[in-house]
Amino acid sequence: MALLDVQDLSVTFSRRGQRTVRAVDGVSFSVDAGEVVGLVGESGCGKSVTSLALMGLLPRQRGVQVGGSARFDGTDLLKLDLRSMRDVRGRDVAMIFQDPLSSLNPVVPIGLQVTEVLVRHRDMSGEAARKEAAELLDRVGIPDPRRRLKEYPHQLSGGMRQRALIAMAVACRPRLLIADEPTTALDVTIQAQILELLKELVRDSGTALIMITHDLGVVAGMCDTINVLYAGRVVETARRKELFAGRRHPYTVGLLRSIPRLDAGRGEKLTPIRGSVRDVLPWTEGCAFAPRCDRRVDACVGAPPEMTPTHTGHEFRCVNPFPLTQPEEARV
Amino acid sequence: MTLAPGKKKEKLDRLAELSAVRDDEQGVSLWREAMRRLRRNPSAIVGAAILVLFVLVAVVGPFFVPYDPVDQSGIREGVIKPGSIPGSSAEHWLGYDHQGRDEFSRLIVGARQTLIVGIVSTLIGLTIGVLIGGVAGAAAGLGGRWGRLVDSVLMRIVDMLLSLPSLLLAVSVAALLGPSLVTVMIAVGVVSVPIFARLLRGSMIAQANRDYVLAASSLGVRKSKIAISHIVPNSLAPVIVQATLTLATAIIEVAALSFLGLGNPDSTQPEWGLMLADAQIYLDVRPGLAIYPAVGIIVTALGFTLLGEAMREALDPKLRR
Ligand SMILES: Nc1ncnc2c1ncn2[C@@H]1O[C@H](COP(=O)(O)OP(=O)(O)OP(=O)(O)O)[C@@H](O)[C@H]1O
Ligand SMILES: [Mg+2]
Repeated sequence: MALLDVQDLSVTFSRRGQRTVRAVDGVSFSVDAGEVVGLVGESGCGKSVTSLALMGLLPRQRGVQVGGSARFDGTDLLKLDLRSMRDVRGRDVAMIFQDPLSSLNPVVPIGLQVTEVLVRHRDMSGEAARKEAAELLDRVGIPDPRRRLKEYPHQLSGGMRQRALIAMAVACRPRLLIADEPTTALDVTIQAQILELLKELVRDSGTALIMITHDLGVVAGMCDTINVLYAGRVVETARRKELFAGRRHPYTVGLLRSIPRLDAGRGEKLTPIRGSVRDVLPWTEGCAFAPRCDRRVDACVGAPPEMTPTHTGHEFRCVNPFPLTQPEEARV
Repeated sequence: MTLAPGKKKEKLDRLAELSAVRDDEQGVSLWREAMRRLRRNPSAIVGAAILVLFVLVAVVGPFFVPYDPVDQSGIREGVIKPGSIPGSSAEHWLGYDHQGRDEFSRLIVGARQTLIVGIVSTLIGLTIGVLIGGVAGAAAGLGGRWGRLVDSVLMRIVDMLLSLPSLLLAVSVAALLGPSLVTVMIAVGVVSVPIFARLLRGSMIAQANRDYVLAASSLGVRKSKIAISHIVPNSLAPVIVQATLTLATAIIEVAALSFLGLGNPDSTQPEWGLMLADAQIYLDVRPGLAIYPAVGIIVTALGFTLLGEAMREALDPKLRR
């Protein structure tokens, strides 16, 4: 059985006087124990909202509606009451955010922020907690951890802040880690180090990881399974090798074409996807990607496209996918 | 002081927002940076100098005064006659007051009374205001639907207080409790309660939406813990600034209450507001008797205001470099 099984997750925001937004519109995917799963998509496709919904961190207001289910080890996270959810957070499921500076409290020393988790979930206190905190910092590659514990967030570099946040997230050895664009706010060399650290932690501890990113390059390096999201729905899901060998959905192809590659021939241009995320069709009226799609056919509009399964587990939501044998067109 | 209640509220909320620590600002360096900017600001220096002098005079001065401030030696010695109060002399630097007491000694000892009453009343306002504002801010920022209810009940009470002109409020409280020194402190303190409450609440709500709160929640940290150890420390800057400014108004209000006869009933004890009130009948005989305490009140209030405004500027993220 999968560690996390998300079925038909939907999140709508409705505010008085504003159009209701279906930020997540029926997302389904699953994560096995110890597996690294990528959620990939453009800005605004609902990646962060998905992760917040799983953590129960969306604002609890009347205008925010969450539907579907997310079974973690058998219990539906979306149905948990606040108290139980708080026990799950940090202990069983933890999250790493995009901006390490703003995710740390500026006026509280790093050490206190790390020990807070240990106090909360592992019944540690005083010297024991401080010792464990120092070990955690050491484990995520922060040199001289004892001294760092006394420092404030602004005294650390961006990469070190993210390491500290990762230390907090793994402090209780959660079975699932959600990383929401953990490297976007960092510069390139640091990005690689952080990804390496995450890979290592996941390998050593057997923690499952949901890697949220808009960068297929990140996903290519570390994910076992990749889910491509468009307008709040999964449009293609496959094991990494299969996806890179034979992508079927035009949006996935477009995404791949729009990232720079080292092995690209000279003069080969990056091709951005036409239009923008705003040119979407509601999923109920057809394929949301249709207005931007080069392979659009009449059947794209009218009814929502279903996921087409294949015998390898590779699935895609498209009525006119790229054929499996790779024609020149689908190559990147 | 004369702003309409709506305006007052708006101003407070904006102040809370302005002074709240922003994303790109950092805690300790925020204070260190503020100190650096304060030291370069002439009005902060002047304000601080005035206050140091005032506090020194108020704390140490009374031990060194040349005469007993309640001793009516002028009357005993018969130097005070109707229509003539002796002015400055070598023995009595500022002359006698209308009851034959040494004016200089009274001014110095009066400073202590003013300082004590000012500080205590500000502390009363600060404590109650921070409690109300802290609870309301935590409830509104983190508490869900029930929290919002608690918040709106508390804030309506605060708004009621805020809608009354402050002096009227102080006078009503003083009249209600009967004149005494404690009454003065409570009355002046009550006036500043809504200011502190609104300010802290506003900046706590702003903080509750910040990323580090979300990050702490994502680790399962309890709401009460988040409020106390994360949100409050980040929300205090505007409150501290306001406390400095409130000291200025408190000193003026204390004087005003004494002036109106709602102050310390023991009218022999020197207090600047009372001295001013007593002096008004003798304005044509000895205008100095009114001028000395008035200057004391104005200069002290100015000192607190200068320093407070400079602190506000130093902590205001929008004015940074
Ligand atoms: N609190 C909210 N209220 C209303 N709409 C929201 C709220 N949070 C997110 N949205 C909307 O939901 C959609 C998805 O947002 P989300 O943050 O999940 O995007 P994302 O995929 O994480 O993008 P990015 O790559 O920029 O982080 C957006 O259109 C956004 O405007
Ligand atoms: Mg996001």
